Amino acid sequence: MLDFSLTDEQQSAALMVRQFVEQEVAPTIKEYDRRQEMNPAVLPRMAELGILGINIPVRYGGQGFDYVTLGLVCEELERCDSTLRVVMSVHMGLNSMGVLQWGTEEQKQRFLVPQARGEKYAAFCLTEPGAGSDVASIRSTAKKDGDSYIINGEKMWISLATKAHHFLWFAKTNPDTGSAGITAFMVTADLPGVTSGDIHGKLGVRAGSTGWVNCQDVRVPAANRIGEEGEGFKIAMSCLDNGRYTVAAGATGLIRASLEASLKYAQQRHTFGQPIASYQLVQQKLAYMQQWYDNARLLYLRAGWMKNQGLRNTRETSMAKWYATDHSFQAANEAIQIHGAYGYSDEYDVERYLRNSRGAIIYEGTSEIHQLMQAGYLLGTRQDKPLRCELPAYDPDFWQEEM
Amino acid sequence: MKVVVCTKQTPSTTAVFSIKNGIVSWDDPGGKPNVVNPWDEYAIEEGIRLKENHGASDVIALAIGGEESKEALKTALAMGCTGAILVSDDAFAGSDAVGSARIWAAAINKIGDAKIVIFGKLTIDDNMGVAAMMTARKLGWTPLTFVSAIKSISADSITVERLLDDGKETVTAPLPVVISVVKEINEPRYPSFMGIRKANRAEIPVWKAADLSVNGGTGAAASKVDWSHIFAIPPRVGSVEMIEGDSIAEQVKILVDKLFEEKVI
Ligand SMILES: Cc1cc2nc3c(=O)[nH]c(=O)nc-3n(C[C@H](O)[C@H](O)[C@H](O)COP(=O)(O)OP(=O)(O)OC[C@H]3O[C@@H](n4cnc5c(N)ncnc54)[C@H](O)[C@@H]3O)c2cc1C
Ligand SMILES: Cc1cc2nc3c(=O)[nH]c(=O)nc-3n(C[C@H](O)[C@H](O)[C@H](O)COP(=O)(O)OP(=O)(O)OC[C@H]3O[C@@H](n4cnc5c(N)ncnc54)[C@H](O)[C@@H]3O)c2cc1C
Repeated sequence: MLDFSLTDEQQSAALMVRQFVEQEVAPTIKEYDRRQEMNPAVLPRMAELGILGINIPVRYGGQGFDYVTLGLVCEELERCDSTLRVVMSVHMGLNSMGVLQWGTEEQKQRFLVPQARGEKYAAFCLTEPGAGSDVASIRSTAKKDGDSYIINGEKMWISLATKAHHFLWFAKTNPDTGSAGITAFMVTADLPGVTSGDIHGKLGVRAGSTGWVNCQDVRVPAANRIGEEGEGFKIAMSCLDNGRYTVAAGATGLIRASLEASLKYAQQRHTFGQPIASYQLVQQKLAYMQQWYDNARLLYLRAGWMKNQGLRNTRETSMAKWYATDHSFQAANEAIQIHGAYGYSDEYDVERYLRNSRGAIIYEGTSEIHQLMQAGYLLGTRQDKPLRCELPAYDPDFWQEEM
Repeated sequence: MKVVVCTKQTPSTTAVFSIKNGIVSWDDPGGKPNVVNPWDEYAIEEGIRLKENHGASDVIALAIGGEESKEALKTALAMGCTGAILVSDDAFAGSDAVGSARIWAAAINKIGDAKIVIFGKLTIDDNMGVAAMMTARKLGWTPLTFVSAIKSISADSITVERLLDDGKETVTAPLPVVISVVKEINEPRYPSFMGIRKANRAEIPVWKAADLSVNGGTGAAASKVDWSHIFAIPPRVGSVEMIEGDSIAEQVKILVDKLFEEKVI
């Protein structure tokens, strides 16, 4: 059975998000991007509208929609600005869905419920000043001390660093080993010893918060440990299966934004007595953008469908993320070309699209890492083994039941 | 207290109106689907607020039109209306404004018990703005048009503020009433996610001509309005002049002088 149709529910949810960003975010986004500040209304409004809990079961404070809807929502968010989708990548994909997958019932009540309701914002703290792609070499430590762990370490390039209340923190409980020594913890921002700050001067996502988070002798209750000791690497990787999905869907929205802007401009701008859209070289750019959009969308929807079915989708999600982000950069680049000198100025949106597209080729697995992964599957050096906790398949009855 | 909100499915505001060989088309370059008539969103919002703030028991969205009008009704449900009814019958096709008012009135009577009926100021496709008044007349109720605020509601009366060309006016009328609202009245909410799900599951009842006791003629045959010659008004041509000046104050001075010269002010 093959079915490419979306339900009315999925489409209406996407439309609602489109309305929200067009009315409340688009009019001021350029200004916040210039000022390198996050619009203070964005997170509270995303919370209030339920976007921050879109695909979490109603029983855990969410809206009960499926994983495909999460993708559609991310596409609509990033069609306006990447910073909005980044919120979903870390709050939902990398943190909340990790708790849904790996958390105990008690942890779901304590962390997932307030996150899905948007009462608490959530972030993902893996990268360190000395370790990005090479996750196994992180230096942060967690030492068991009675009923708690004492966490030390420094995290860098953390989205929502200064906004989040809950940090999914990866530290070594066994510093002598590599990935097998990593354990995951929910560190709350109110614990003594937790400090954070934003980074300025970024190329893109300037209307968002990206920064550093420090833990100095932070005493974290053992009840905040997510999964078992030593399970942190697997948890981080399965969180990335979900974060990358939102990045792929968002980058697809960015391709659409570049295409829409280009289509409009190409029909208005005249050279040599003709709209530039009448020239085949310009048409070719438009045609490619459409091709990239179609491909990216099909790839992320396949990954979303697999999540709904409860099928392991690490490879498919990686492919969607790699393809969509690389091509969102190319699409933004071509959009600038079509806009000529005007595309080079922030009077138009396309230069922001280009700057925003760039980061996604680095975070959540650089394009090189995704190429290594794909090759690994081909050559048989990489295989997905079943996990102790799998992301639950989407079951509408379970998801939508009101408790 | 029951509230009825009358709504229509219309092209979106970005649709481009054109006429070819007397046939009207609403092509939308943005590819947006048809929507709830934008003015009706204020009516729906006000209806929902009457439930939230004034204890209305039911807020029922009512539409006349084809099956596709169910989309507009679903939006109303997703925003928070408690029920929706579609009135649809080939016999009603081609009704003019009076014919439509007769149908609205018959449907409102069939719903029964309504104290307040709300319309948007006008619909963006035919721009007549008479539905509220005509429906009030057919029902024999008081029309209150261009309402910008509902001040208070008692068991048997309502006090509203009306936005008129030369100011605002506060009036009180006995219930039941038919009101039309302007955009100053509220800020319509988006459909909620939960609302979207409920709306998509809702069975929207369809009332046919036989279900209603319409008083008077409806449909194309009874229409007194003749649509035989439809044409687009030629677009207004103007010119834009950028005002140069060293400071904003200087630019403003040049602008003011020009406006005087052109006798605009
Ligand atoms: C805007 C933004 C937001 C971010 N948000 C978060 C967040 O919320 N949480 C978080 O934990 N992190 C976040 N990051 C960090 C991001 O995940 C890392 O930057 C990313 O994993 C790459 O790590 P790195 O920067 O240390 O680069 P490195 O790992 O040092 O890589 C440098 C270069 O070497 C290449 N390279 C590395 N290893 C290999 C190899 N084996 N073979 C071939 N090439 C290789 C890489 O592809 C890259 O081109 C964010 C980054 C940015 C830019
Ligand atoms: C940083 C910067 C500095 C500059 N400095 C100077 C300067 O010092 N002096 C100066 O005079 N100018 C300067 N320019 C302007 C520059 O030369 C123009 O931007 C350039 O000639 C392109 O013109 P345009 O921007 O009007 O784009 P357009 O001519 O409108 O072109 C828009 C798009 O349509 C494509 N296109 C147009 N015609 C055709 C066709 N027939 N077939 C296929 N494709 C077509 C173009 O390739 C482009 O992709 C500068 C521009 C920049 C960005």
